[in-house]
Amino acid sequence: MKVNMAVDLGGLVLTNPVLTASGCAASGRELDRIFDITTLGAMITKSIMLEPRQGRPTPRMAETPSGMLNSIGLQGPGIDRFINEDLVWLAERGVPTIASIAGTHVHEYAELTRRLRSAPGVVALEVNISCPNHDDRDHVFACYPEPAAKVIEAVRRSAPFDLPIFAKLSPDVTDIVEIAHAVVDAGADGLTLINTVLGLAIDPKTLRPVLSAVTGGLSGPAIRPIALRCIHQVRAALPKIPIIGVGGVTSGQDALTFLAAGANAISVGTWVFSDPNAPARVSQELAQELKARGVSDVNEVVNLAHAEYPLESDAVVSLNE
Amino acid sequence: MNTPSASLGKNRIHQIDAEVLATRRAGAYTVLTLSANQIAAAAKPGQFVTCSVGEVGTGLILRRAFSIHDVTSTGGQGGTIDVVVAPHGGGTQWLAQRRRYDKVNVSGPLGQGFKVPREPVSCVLVGGGYGSAPLFFLAKVLAARGCRIEMILGGATADKVFGILESRRAANSTTLVTEDGTLGVTGRVTDVLVDSINRFDAKAIYACGPMGMLAAISELAVDAEVACQVAVEEAMACGFGVCMTCVLPIKGDDEVPRLVRACVAGPVFACEQVAWHL
Ligand SMILES: Cc1cc2nc3c(=O)[nH]c(=O)nc-3n(C[C@H](O)[C@H](O)[C@H](O)COP(=O)(O)OP(=O)(O)OC[C@H]3O[C@@H](n4cnc5c(N)ncnc54)[C@H](O)[C@@H]3O)c2cc1C
Ligand SMILES: Cc1cc2nc3c(=O)[nH]c(=O)nc-3n(C[C@H](O)[C@H](O)[C@H](O)COP(=O)(O)O)c2cc1C
Ligand code: FES
Repeated sequence: MKVNMAVDLGGLVLTNPVLTASGCAASGRELDRIFDITTLGAMITKSIMLEPRQGRPTPRMAETPSGMLNSIGLQGPGIDRFINEDLVWLAERGVPTIASIAGTHVHEYAELTRRLRSAPGVVALEVNISCPNHDDRDHVFACYPEPAAKVIEAVRRSAPFDLPIFAKLSPDVTDIVEIAHAVVDAGADGLTLINTVLGLAIDPKTLRPVLSAVTGGLSGPAIRPIALRCIHQVRAALPKIPIIGVGGVTSGQDALTFLAAGANAISVGTWVFSDPNAPARVSQELAQELKARGVSDVNEVVNLAHAEYPLESDAVVSLNE
Repeated sequence: MNTPSASLGKNRIHQIDAEVLATRRAGAYTVLTLSANQIAAAAKPGQFVTCSVGEVGTGLILRRAFSIHDVTSTGGQGGTIDVVVAPHGGGTQWLAQRRRYDKVNVSGPLGQGFKVPREPVSCVLVGGGYGSAPLFFLAKVLAARGCRIEMILGGATADKVFGILESRRAANSTTLVTEDGTLGVTGRVTDVLVDSINRFDAKAIYACGPMGMLAAISELAVDAEVACQVAVEEAMACGFGVCMTCVLPIKGDDEVPRLVRACVAGPVFACEQVAWHL
């Protein structure tokens, strides 16, 4: 039996539901030394800003139980070099690219979107709104419905009408469904759930924070239940919106649970550091999991964790056999 | 069908479930010999590998980096690599407890190795603690080019000086240094470096060890006008260039320091490239 792995994210058709996660695969060149990256559904590139950025001082990372904290600070080459070097390379390599953008003012997001209008190989934008808003005392855009919506509105206005826009949400909010509604109303075509969870590691010897930036973003299996919860809540509230699920995916089985929670596609982030081959492996394992359950189309397992789906569904029943 | 990858081939990073063929204690360290044919065949001195640590489902999710200490490449299937493990936290302790026939997931070869001189010149190789590990693979390659090799091996205490016996074969001469005086000269490797440079008319210095030691060696090398390469150690999450955790300030041709990834641009740098004071 051949399993259909193609997914349709609100008009964006990808041959495979397994993607990379922003900031965990750079712009593809390094990963291409490990496995053939054209087998990915798409590359989601590291969030790019207008100007070149040095990022934060080291230490920038701390391993924590089943996870890690990072405070990279969006080090990057700036949009011009990103387009001319990275996007050109990805386009030549033939990998569909979802370009992630980040800014500290609403107008920066708009400007980034304009620059990317005619860039090669970009099939969608992912808008990283987990950045401090310099126009509002550095409050993170993603944490408040209005600023989050303003960014998405600006991107939507500046983007070609047929270029899908994914808003990437932060789990560090009281009600993620409220933010999801706000960005979808503002014009987001899809959602990426979730970004890292703010955390802190303290060196037990020195009793000082391990990271130079004091706090950092927690990622990896440690946050998987939070990611699943966010996806499940948002899916229940927004039955039709395409969702890219991300947060602690390590295996085909993990990917399957994300789909069941309501994701239409899955990104592998931190696990690339543990197993550089992980995106390729997760996609193979997912196909095997589906086959073993007698499911011929990956889209059939989406939303199965929601109560309205009867337990007699093929995918669930064959589990018990 | 997969299209062949643009950059697989000679740049390929291999990831192998390597069998532990042998283990041995060397002072405070454990040396593991791993069956890793493809890595052995491609490795250059100064490059490193990363190893998964812990059992399946471990909470230790990140790979640990180790210099390639030695390589045997048979040309056939039997190539091996040696790594020197200093038990430190949970991950290195787990690795140091591996036994023969155990499997360790190894990825490599990673990073840029040492540049070796074209002429058969005299070289001083300086190692601090387990930083001495990569110098032995380097010494093999230098010796094959007819270079004269002086090793300076240091450590806080005698058991932390790595490669005491091996250096007899690997180097033409060796100076041992300990901070507590339990072995060799009392003091630091920098206390004996200038003397070695002068005595052997050294044209190249290679160093690996703690960052403070490398900074001090660089200063002496610049004063002595001897070319010096250092292998640095920065905390790494991925080891192959995708995460940006391992950066350090490196001066470009314009002398302006920029944060550069140690895992792909290094770990070996010319000493004058590193902006030590930033
Ligand atoms: C290029 C390179 C070559 C190295 N070669 C050797 C070698 O030959 N022999 C050897 O014993 N050690 C070597 N190290 C250091 C070794 O990688 C660390 O000691 C080890 O990662 C610590 O893991 P742990 O679980 O024992 O400690 P923990 O403190 O529990 O580690 C927690 C996390 O921090 C990272 N980390 C902590 N300390 C270091 C460090 N000093 N360098 C890099 N990452 C660190 C770990 O990778 C891990 O992700 C090398 C490091 C680098 C970067
Ligand atoms: C080192 C690192 C860098 C990251 N950089 C970005 C980034 O630039 N933009 C972004 O939207 N998310 C970034 N993320 C978040 C990931 O894309 C992902 O949302 C998160 O890590 C959860 O997934 P994971 O557990 O699979 O890593 C980064 C994560 C890590 C670990
Ligand atoms: S360790 Fe990830 S980029 Fe160097």
